[in-house]
Parts: sequence; C-alpha cells; structure tokens
Amino acid sequence: MKASAFSYARATSVGDAIALLAAHGESAKVLSGGQSLMPAMNLRLLAPELIVDIGALDELRGIARHESFLSIGALTRHVDLQNAPDIAAHAPLLKEAIAHVAHPAIRNRGTIGGSLAHADPASELPACMIALNAAIVVRGPAGERRIPAEEFFVGIYETVLSSDELLVAVEVPFPPSNSAHYFREFARRQGDYAIVGLAAQAVVENQRLIDFRPVFFGLADKPVQVTAAAMLVSKDVTPKVLSDALQALGAELDPPEDQQASGAMRRQYAKVLLARCVAALLSRSDLSTWGTA
Amino acid sequence: MTAPLPISLEVNGERVDAHVLPRTNLADFLREHLKLTGTHVGCEHGVCGACTLRVNGDIVRSCLMLAVQANGASVETIEGLSDSGEISDLQAAFRERNALQCGYCTPAMLITAQDLLKSEAEPGREMIREHLSGNYCRCTGYQAIVDAVEATAKARKGRGR
Repeated sequence: MKASAFSYARATSVGDAIALLAAHGESAKVLSGGQSLMPAMNLRLLAPELIVDIGALDELRGIARHESFLSIGALTRHVDLQNAPDIAAHAPLLKEAIAHVAHPAIRNRGTIGGSLAHADPASELPACMIALNAAIVVRGPAGERRIPAEEFFVGIYETVLSSDELLVAVEVPFPPSNSAHYFREFARRQGDYAIVGLAAQAVVENQRLIDFRPVFFGLADKPVQVTAAAMLVSKDVTPKVLSDALQALGAELDPPEDQQASGAMRRQYAKVLLARCVAALLSRSDLSTWGTA
Repeated sequence: MTAPLPISLEVNGERVDAHVLPRTNLADFLREHLKLTGTHVGCEHGVCGACTLRVNGDIVRSCLMLAVQANGASVETIEGLSDSGEISDLQAAFRERNALQCGYCTPAMLITAQDLLKSEAEPGREMIREHLSGNYCRCTGYQAIVDAVEATAKARKGRGR
C-alpha cells in the first residue's frame, strides 16, 4: 500500500525540529532514514499528520572520538557504523551487530537514531546500546538530557522520549582493554528480524567474567537483561555452574509466542545463546554442548 | 503543506525539476511522473527489493524513500545503468545462465549485484547470496542468479576491470 497523505516539513536546525515537534505533539513523526517509519506508513500502521524530516541536519551526522567515549550522531547510517575504524576499534560489538541489520540497501539509509527511537523489540541496536552501557542523548524545549540506555526502552515501539524531544546522539564508553564481546542471533533468513538474539559485553580476567552484560532481544517487548547472568560473574565457570545458570535463565524468562516460534523454543534458544556466549568469551569449548559458534 | 512541493534532482545524469506530493515515494515518482518503469514496485514496505536503485551512488529501497527526500540527489535507475553499458556484461550473463524468468525482480537484482561487483573483485557464492539476500526472486530459485554474478566477477577479473 501507499502512505496516506501528510504534511511535510524539512527541519533547518535541531531547534527548528524541536519547535515543530512541540507545536504538533503526537500528530507529528520524525523522519530520519525512514527504514522503519516508511514501512509502517505504507502499511497504514501509522498515519502522522506531519512528517518532520531531519535528514538535512548535518550536525547530527558522524562519529566523534572523545577521551573515553564515542559520540555517534543520530543520523549516522548503519553502513557508516559498519565501515568506521573508530567503531571497529572501540565498539566492535556494534560493528558485528550491524551486519545482521536487514540488507545493504536498508543499511545505506537506516540510521542509529531512527532504530533506537523506533525501539523494535526484535532489533539489534537497542540491545547493543544496553550491553555497551551507552547513554542516549535527547534534546527538547527544556534542553538536553542523557538517559542510560537501560532506562530508555519502555515497550514495543515505546521509549522514554516525549513527543517534543529529539534523539540527537548516543555516547558509547570505551570498553576496558581486557574486554570481550559476543553477538549472535537466530533468524530464519539472512537479514530477517531475529527470533532471539544476544548482544554481550564482558571484562575477562584470569579466565573469569569480572563484568558481564548480556542483553537478549526478541524475547520480550524490550531488550532483556537477566539476573541469571550474575551466577557466572567472578567465579570459575564449571559445567555445573553454567548449567545452574542456564536453568535459572529458563526459569526467569517468559518469552512470547508468535508465528516464528513458540515461547518454549525461544527459551531454549536463549539458553543455547548464553551457553555459547560464555564458552566463547572464556574460550572454553568444553563448556557448551551446543558448540561455541 | 499537503500541497505539492518543488524538487530538483538528477536522474540518470539529467536534471529534473518537478512538483510532488509529500506522500509520493521515489519509486512512484520515477514510474508515474518520469515514466521510468524499469524500477518495479513489489511489497511497498522494503522487504522484496524490487524497487532497489542508486541514490548518490548507494543502493536504496525507492519505496522507503520519499521523492521529496531525493531533492538535490543524484538518482540512477536501471534505465541509466543499462543505457550507459555499465552492466551489459552482467545482463548478458543473466541471459546466458537463465537467471531470470518473469523478469520482475531482474532490474533490482542487476543493480544490487553490480553494487557488490563494484566493491568486491572476487566475491564467493556465500557473499553473493548475502548481498542479494534482500532481493526476492520467485522464479529462479537463485542458483542461476548466483551463477551469473559469479561468472561476471570472474570475467571482469580476467579483463582487469
């Protein structure tokens, strides 16, 4: 189908965009790369009265390296993240995850800010932001605020952004030098939304996980951090320790059923992913009877 | 503001000035306004890939881009790539290998394959499949398409192109 009629405004500055959003409230939608918004509008799931196109705001584009963190502008495209040396060096988890986001033609238009503000529970980047302990920078009429990624996502397509606020950047802290990361997802076809996926960032010392931030996606209405992960931190992970953690993981999850997978299947996939993740992070192939890939 | 807006862009090397409704997507603008019907419209939500073309050198879904967003951009469609001869060898390989049947997906398949061949001199079959994974073909089963792209890569490498 085709999008229903709407008015269109090309924002000339961040201030201009915020003023438009403040004036039109819930009836306006921000257009960034459009790779989630346009499908929703073409399917008539969304019919905003006003589109505020921020595509010309070059100040929101690009990756800046600071002393201890990367600042990634909201309009930075997936393909830019994929190719940026600073992302490869300081946020390799993100580089790995981007390859799973849709297809090349989508990655040439889709932006990090758009993906995060859209907050699809099956998408990769929200989970990565939480695993990386990133801050989401938003600006509104009252000024700028920084929201920890783990507090940003509320539910399906829902964030703490209010209708007059614009997501302008994310700040991703550099991981410590002894960090390791893991990213995998199960999808039926290359580029599809994941049935279940896992993004994890960890600090490994003396064969132990000192810090461990596994974040699942596709398991609930927003990215999921699990308490069972704490059972694997700062101790020697024996097969028994791991299997206890997996059992606890299975008990705390209540995944949804849909046309792709049953809840039980998702729970099993989550256990497989966590086992493979721990085995990979600790380089211990003995830990996972399901392999380490 | 729902009234037509002026846009100015380049399409296959020619300057185009037009007025479009904000809701008109780039694919419909090219097909309905410019009668460039080589760009096909399939699912209209970015999944099938039939509307893939180039904007400022990058392949994009023209059903997921508004015509007003193409203001100031350089757009290349299958008509442009075909007329310039840029993909004549790839087109010949598609014919020789039976890499098309109904032809609906073919323009976008060619543009996406060319996008890969420009950046990778010797893509393996897995890489070809991955790059084409966002372009659906309901006739061929993909095998012949991958064959044609692989053969073109090898031939171009042999010619040093």
